[in-house]
Amino acid sequence: MLYKKRIILKLKEFLIERGLFFCSLLSVLTTLGIVLVLSFETFEFFKEVPIWKFLTDTQWTPLFVNKHFGILPLLCGTFLTTLIAIGVAAPIGLVSAVYLSEYASLKTRNIVKPLMEILAAVPTVVYGYFALLFVTPLLKQIIPNLSGFNSLSAGVVMGIMIVPLISSLSEDAMRAVPMGLREGAYAVGSNRLQVALRIVLPAALSGITAAFILGISRAIGETMIVAIAAGQQPRLTLNPLVPIQTITAYIVQISLGDTPHGTLEYRTIFACGMSLFILTFILNIFSFKLKKRFQEIYE
Amino acid sequence: MKKFRGLVIACGLVLGFFTQQAFAATKLIKVDGSSTVFPITEAVAEEFQKANSGIKVMVGISGTGGGFKRFGRGEIDISDASRPIKPKEVDLAKENGIEYIELPVAYDGLSVLVNLKNTWVDHLTVKELKKIWEPSSQGTITKWSQIRTGFPDKEIRLFGPGTDSGTFDYFTEAICGKSAASRGDYTASEDDNVLVEGIASDAQALGYFGLAYYEQNKDKLKIVPIDDENDANGKGPIEPSSQSVMDSTYQPLARPIFIYISTQAAKKEEVQKFVEFYLKNAPELVAEVGYIPLPKEAYAAALERFNKRITGSVFGGKGAKMGVKMADLLRMEK
Repeated sequence: MLYKKRIILKLKEFLIERGLFFCSLLSVLTTLGIVLVLSFETFEFFKEVPIWKFLTDTQWTPLFVNKHFGILPLLCGTFLTTLIAIGVAAPIGLVSAVYLSEYASLKTRNIVKPLMEILAAVPTVVYGYFALLFVTPLLKQIIPNLSGFNSLSAGVVMGIMIVPLISSLSEDAMRAVPMGLREGAYAVGSNRLQVALRIVLPAALSGITAAFILGISRAIGETMIVAIAAGQQPRLTLNPLVPIQTITAYIVQISLGDTPHGTLEYRTIFACGMSLFILTFILNIFSFKLKKRFQEIYE
Repeated sequence: MKKFRGLVIACGLVLGFFTQQAFAATKLIKVDGSSTVFPITEAVAEEFQKANSGIKVMVGISGTGGGFKRFGRGEIDISDASRPIKPKEVDLAKENGIEYIELPVAYDGLSVLVNLKNTWVDHLTVKELKKIWEPSSQGTITKWSQIRTGFPDKEIRLFGPGTDSGTFDYFTEAICGKSAASRGDYTASEDDNVLVEGIASDAQALGYFGLAYYEQNKDKLKIVPIDDENDANGKGPIEPSSQSVMDSTYQPLARPIFIYISTQAAKKEEVQKFVEFYLKNAPELVAEVGYIPLPKEAYAAALERFNKRITGSVFGGKGAKMGVKMADLLRMEK
């Protein structure tokens, strides 16, 4: 009897283990599949378009008669919106993280932090229309020359979207700094600001860097906001006031349209997807390295 | 827990009942295609649904090209088109055994628009439009001053329909001389409202789209009279209006717009009803949304074509045809 029970138990254990293994395998396989499809279609694309042209041509007009396949304008659009977003999100996120972790009372923190995290739950399409219909007209009051579609308002709103991500992660990193460090600093007569900026901030640098990089990755991959508010014109410019197109917005445009599958025009989106993939991949490696370099180890 | 389970089952039953009801009672007519024709079809669909409860009309805007692709695969009943069907699309339909009836529903004066704050443009010639839009201008013609001496030395920001659009096909052929011959460095969207928004909010902008979208946004945009420098079509620059389209002086940008019905769909009672309703109410609704209605005889001729199920295109399936005057169209339909 007991023996039978044990066998059943073992079987159960085995099944559960396999089930869990299968689950994790699924996500690995999905990633692998994506990489494979991306590589295959990208390879087909580069059979027809030389890679140096893809990387150096300054025009991107694959759908038109005068075809150019230069990724630079799209890359530039992505870079520009990301730069603006992180320019907004980094200071606001960091300051609010310092406030929440070092200054706020427990009560305030318990109210403010969930409220900020609600920002992260707003669907990005809402942010997109917020940028187009609210922020752009508002900015137009200050900058009359602003286009209806522009990277500035898309970037700013994207920044607002990323603030909770950066502040939340940075705050976690700062709170993880051992209390003893703070107490030591207070003991030698530091004030709160000194403790926050000279002790806690450097100690939490690795976590904060990781938060920033995550924020940048998020901004690079963000699609809806830029597709709605930044325009649809691939343009090699650093002027934040005119319509541009990001890599993600281009992919949306093609996949929503009726470009036939299997054509060169259709394959452009895989080449774009691959570029995005490589971009975020490099960023992740960078963040990993940075993290290791700045990590302070406390025993 | 038990109570909760009861609630879930009840909810499921109610939901199931309603969806089943909805599916059983509603007949669906699927329309897709040109965003230029969309305002007319949408207006007709609205009135039609008011008069016929139980029939739902879905109208999409994937552009004339996009619409014909779906039409050729048999995914939709009716295709809105701002130009006649192209050889490639004819082939696709043939491949899938789809025959179609072509009905003209209105005339459009394809309009060129600038921002209200644009003080320098009072008219443009066809040659100047060509200089702005032709493929070789890509990346080289970037300032207003390059179009005409006296225009300011400011960047020109262009807005136009995307490559799936029939308006794009027509405009490029009428202006640049070849269908789809256009520069690519402009903001391209199949959604005309995006173009309206873009031009209305940018003082250096120029763009083009169907007349109805101007009529609906008159207070936000400035229309540009066009001079084709051919005195036979009226002297000097001419603005699109029902007058100038009707007497064929707004050239070369006046054009007929169509709906295509598959013969398969025409067998369905609800589609027959819809098409009849469409042609009967077109004169009023076409004018209401901002296009130019055809003469009464044309709608009568169209209805006859539909009732006799005369298939094929009077344009021979060769795509956009330039300079089709209203009188010509009437002759061709008969």
